Amino acid sequence: MFKWLDPYAKPQVLFATLLWWQRGLMPLSIVVLLLGTIWGLGFTPADYQQGDSYRIIHVHVPAAIWSMGVYAWMAIAAFIALVWQVKTAQWAIGAIAPIGAVYTLIALFTGAAWGKPMWGTWWVWDARLTSELILLFLFLGVMALQNAFADRQTGDKAAAVLAVVGVVNLPIIHYSVEWWNTLHQGATITKFAKPSMDPSMLWPLLICILGFALLFGALTCLRLRTAILQHEAHRPWVRQYVEEQQDAKL
Amino acid sequence: MPSFNFTSFSDFLAMGGYGFFVWLSFGGSIGALLALGWYSKRQQQQFIQQQSGRAAREARVRQQQDREQV
Repeated sequence: MFKWLDPYAKPQVLFATLLWWQRGLMPLSIVVLLLGTIWGLGFTPADYQQGDSYRIIHVHVPAAIWSMGVYAWMAIAAFIALVWQVKTAQWAIGAIAPIGAVYTLIALFTGAAWGKPMWGTWWVWDARLTSELILLFLFLGVMALQNAFADRQTGDKAAAVLAVVGVVNLPIIHYSVEWWNTLHQGATITKFAKPSMDPSMLWPLLICILGFALLFGALTCLRLRTAILQHEAHRPWVRQYVEEQQDAKL
Repeated sequence: MPSFNFTSFSDFLAMGGYGFFVWLSFGGSIGALLALGWYSKRQQQQFIQQQSGRAAREARVRQQQDREQV
């Protein structure tokens, strides 16, 4: 069933494909993010309870949703690397982890800046906030483990195992607002029901969520390409690529 | 068609009194994303520079060895 995917496990083929996707995704993500943020910042009505502070939602929610989405993708790559020993999947873990860490950091940071005016505090040890903080530590842990062993392959394997095991945190984050009494509010759009948000406010938010997804794709292409180059540095095709890049510069 | 929600630019900056928190959030987020993009781009450029430096060095060594053999 997945036979058609086989050629993409070959670093050289994957490298070319990633370059093609990166060229499209990078500008597209910037345009979509600009559209969503400008619309959300200036062209939606203020919230009837939270006033203009609610506009933070346009970075907070996309970053929070994709901090988990990025983790899921990283875990899928880790699973493929562990089970089928696909080396490009192994390299993808290290390429994706920093993106997830930054998204998680943004979710926590904007959450604090939103919590201060609305809850009266930057931080509480509430289930949602604490489980999201653990997600940040999981990303940082995966990054640290990869470089923690003298033997690179041992580190890679340890990082992949941690990434897969850490998946248990995703449902905890999502359901934390239901399972525990949290200061954080319940789900507004990520639920199996009509979103409890007016369309005039929902659209720019959905565009921002799409923008964060596209940016994740673009950054993954860029970072995985670097990882492929680093791991394949001795191959003739990489040497040729380096030469071409250097010639293009001169 | 959505219309501009604020009456003036200073009104827009003030964000109904929440300006500090709103701009802190957006500024911090844009800064973090730009830093990640810049760092990722630089990593790749550094690799290419490093490799082409090595290739040039190898070529020089080979040239020197050829000369010594003559």
